[in-house]
Amino acid sequence: MIPNLVEFWEMIWPNLGRGLIVTLKLSAGALLIGLLIGLPTSLLRVYGTRGMRAAATAFVDIIRGTPQLVQLFFIYYGLADAGLNAILVNLGFPNGFLVLEPMVAAYVALGVNSGAYQAEYFRGAIQAVGSGQLTAARALGMTRLQAILHIVLPQALRLAVAPWSNEAAYMVKYTSVVSLIAVSDLFGEARRIMSRHYNQMLMLPLVGLVYLAIVLLITWLMQHVEKRVAIPGVEVEAQRA
Amino acid sequence: MTDQTPEAPIVRIRDLHKRYGDLDVLRGVSLDVTRGEVVVIIGPSGTGKSTLLRCINQLTRPDSGRVWLDGVEVTAPECNLNEVRAEVGMVFQDFNLFNHLTAIKNVAIGPIRVLHMDRAQALELARYELERVGLAGKADAYPGQLSGGQKQRVAIARALAMKPKVMLFDEPTSALDPELIGEVLEVMKKLAQEHMTMLVVTHEMGFAREVANRIVFMEGGNIVEEGPPAQLFYAAQHPRTAEFLGKIADLYGDEQGSSG
Repeated sequence: MIPNLVEFWEMIWPNLGRGLIVTLKLSAGALLIGLLIGLPTSLLRVYGTRGMRAAATAFVDIIRGTPQLVQLFFIYYGLADAGLNAILVNLGFPNGFLVLEPMVAAYVALGVNSGAYQAEYFRGAIQAVGSGQLTAARALGMTRLQAILHIVLPQALRLAVAPWSNEAAYMVKYTSVVSLIAVSDLFGEARRIMSRHYNQMLMLPLVGLVYLAIVLLITWLMQHVEKRVAIPGVEVEAQRA
Repeated sequence: MTDQTPEAPIVRIRDLHKRYGDLDVLRGVSLDVTRGEVVVIIGPSGTGKSTLLRCINQLTRPDSGRVWLDGVEVTAPECNLNEVRAEVGMVFQDFNLFNHLTAIKNVAIGPIRVLHMDRAQALELARYELERVGLAGKADAYPGQLSGGQKQRVAIARALAMKPKVMLFDEPTSALDPELIGEVLEVMKKLAQEHMTMLVVTHEMGFAREVANRIVFMEGGNIVEEGPPAQLFYAAQHPRTAEFLGKIADLYGDEQGSSG
């Protein structure tokens, strides 16, 4: 039994390792895309004109209000629709413009989804800084942009660390849906091994433990980040789930 | 500070109107402040005192009426408000210090970002301004590590570092514990002695009586009466002025004379 297990581990490890790297890459990439979408969206929601606020709010509501799996399938299968492709070709786009590679679709779907959630975290953080400091900055003669960049954001980003670390932990787990569009992430590799060896009772706890280890590592890292950026004299309320 | 025309008002306010929804906050306020003058604005809550201050640096845009600062019309559409605000110091009731910056950086950030002053020079200036408000020893403390009175003194230093032509104080001691009010009023008194032009909204009648050159009593969006402290306190022309000051005296009792 034990030698068998070691042998089996040696056999599956290369595949699981490859899957783990895909999962980590996907998590990091989607979090980054989410950051690039979420932060500007939150700024538009708080400081934008009425139209900008409405557009940003609609985006956040639609993404948060629909299942992530539906979004993923829409981007992977929906956008590859032949009729849509024909229209795009007519408009001068290259053939198959929106027929995405599984990995690209995964980055886009997870990144956009995360963007909506991150926008909410950042919005909460920006609003927690309060308008008084913004007013004081304007009273000194700073432009609105200067006041946001130098006064509001440095504080809001600190406040966002705690909720953001939640998002990072969720993201690692959420990425497992991409195995449904044939991306060979950690869970995808595990599913392939299970279909070959019928050993669900071994593989499912095993991948579960790997995800758990990553999540714990992220939580631990982010706690350090949080402590590092804490402002002396300000109690940052940890908003951990 | 230029003094070729000592008679010309540094702040000139004409027929200012502002309403929020159904509420007429300002109903045609006019006021001149001369260079070096300390004007204390008193009156019941919600009578437009703070709004009046905020109209001077245009943090609040009036519905109508005009404001000039040192000869420049700040209500003119082409006026660069950031330049105007850089010349007007403002101190708020809730301090509004920048919580992520140490005291010295709170004071230096205006000169650095707005006046584009060299960093080292700005920090040197900030150190000097902190010393002026008696907080040289707290330069590296964060706002969260300071008492309310200390925070407000940092806020005053922050405004002073911009070398303002006018200082606006919007109820600077209202959020403070009683035992911390004195240190803030002391700093303000010192500024007055240095001939800083100041407009102060406050309920500190001791300060008003002792430091003000002129007291303005506002009620219902209008200036009801204005004059030197002796006139308002002891020979008010308008019954409402006497009534208000009487109420304040009842509230604070005999300490009025000694506080501040």
